[in-house]
Amino acid sequence: MQPLHERQRGFAAALLDSALAVPADLIGPDGQPCPKRFAVYRNNVVVGLIEALRANFPAVCRIVGEEFFRVMARAYITSEPPTSPILLDYGAGFANFIGRFEPAATLPYLPDVARIERAWTEAYHASDAAALAPAALATIPSDRVPDLCLAVHPSLRIVRSQFPALTIWRMNVDDGVPSPVDLESGGEDALVVRPAAGVEVRSMPPGGAEFVAALANRQSLAEAAEAAMSAYPLFDLSTSLAALIGVGVFVGYSFAEGACPIETKVRPT
Amino acid sequence: MTSHSASRHLRPIPARAGVGLKPEHYRSILDTNPDIGFFEIHAENYMGAGGPPHRYLGEIHNRYPLSLHGVGLSIGADRRLDRDHLQRLRRLIERYQPGLFSEHLAWSTHEAMFFDDLLPVPYTSETLVRVTDHIDEVQETLGRQMLLENPSTYLTFAESTYSEIDFIAEIVRRTGCALLLDVNNVYVASINQQWDPTRYIDEYPLARVQEIHLAGYTREADDKGRPLLIDTHDRPVDEIVWRLFEHAIARLGPTPTMIEWDAKIPAWPELKAEADRAEAIMCSMRGKGHSRAAFA
Repeated sequence: MQPLHERQRGFAAALLDSALAVPADLIGPDGQPCPKRFAVYRNNVVVGLIEALRANFPAVCRIVGEEFFRVMARAYITSEPPTSPILLDYGAGFANFIGRFEPAATLPYLPDVARIERAWTEAYHASDAAALAPAALATIPSDRVPDLCLAVHPSLRIVRSQFPALTIWRMNVDDGVPSPVDLESGGEDALVVRPAAGVEVRSMPPGGAEFVAALANRQSLAEAAEAAMSAYPLFDLSTSLAALIGVGVFVGYSFAEGACPIETKVRPT
Repeated sequence: MTSHSASRHLRPIPARAGVGLKPEHYRSILDTNPDIGFFEIHAENYMGAGGPPHRYLGEIHNRYPLSLHGVGLSIGADRRLDRDHLQRLRRLIERYQPGLFSEHLAWSTHEAMFFDDLLPVPYTSETLVRVTDHIDEVQETLGRQMLLENPSTYLTFAESTYSEIDFIAEIVRRTGCALLLDVNNVYVASINQQWDPTRYIDEYPLARVQEIHLAGYTREADDKGRPLLIDTHDRPVDEIVWRLFEHAIARLGPTPTMIEWDAKIPAWPELKAEADRAEAIMCSMRGKGHSRAAFA
């Protein structure tokens, strides 16, 4: 009789590698081997994980089609199986995997579409925090504004793409209608945040990603504006700031004395 | 959003029908306030830090009793329990104070990997020690009794030396845990293993059953053309499972009963109708059932 750990090691190995033979002494009601019965477990594991990925990457699935998605997801599952029972976390490496997945190389924007979807899922499950109301900043004396440090919402994610990935994502979710997109039309930066009940996905103007990333890294408004303008000299600070406040990107503020004291965390995606 | 509502306290699960809570039904439930006994959640689906899942669950739990069903603890694995995961469960239980907590006689982890399935264990004395140690640790860490669910299985291990029921009865005896009787699993396993499902229910340690699960299965065939039922939770409860449920209720008396529907999720009224049917069966059989009444 084989010990339990050997039994489970053999069972586990054969689950994910269908080239391996069905482990010995797994039998049907007549006491005889019955490979189709083991195949149920093989199938359950892979189908369950493909479904988990499909639920989190609906636009990627719509772009490549069901059949292609299943093949790609299966390859990912074999290469990076989940390590946690919390499947809402599964798929963190899917975008990078797609970038390495040879058959998807003809769709160079696909990894960035996956990054937007991943950012959406992360924002959806992130910690809750009340967004700063626009009026909250109205009373700040103008001479203190440059030293303002804004704390960003814990759900904030930024996805930068050299392709129009956000446009493509929008066309492939909900009621979106796909239409031809000029891949040479330039990159897009997406801002993803969940200030209240719903996840917001917004396009950012040039310099916007640098601006938000600087604020998220606890730099003052003056430093963040400088970062934005060195990326894009025509960056419109007041319009951008108003738009970010309007979406609900900020949850608090303080004033810089050296570095900003606020505890914030950002994970640029 | 405050997660610790003052009104949220441990509410026992009534001897009524409930359903597995699905995001697809959040709005229908909150808009229509259906008359239903309780809702059950998969613990792992509510282990995110925040966001809409907790917001909806909090609102629903303010109106209904809640039970917690774990699918990732891997009690049957030949390795230490994942302590981080056990702590996550503990925190979830502290936050929502569920009336019942159940897990499976199965394993789903090996080394660093998590398999999204409930894999079967051989019924040997070695497995018995592993499983009872794990259940002891779970009950100690969570500070409460857990319910263990009978599995749906597709094959048998040649090395098994216990029958499934003797194995479960011995776990109960050693750990003091309670049981969940999944009637669909009884039927699926019985057809797959050529057991008598009615006899399975009769021999199950009914005095320890605190909850019943019902679900739908898919019919396939094995290499030799024998029926092979798959526990898919993607359709209504089968008529034959309803009859087994009646048999179980005749023995048990009214028991918290949950409809599991986890794939191809139907519109809310269709799921609610399944719960209504379970409740009607329990109402029509009121006065019957001695197995637990005598024990309580």
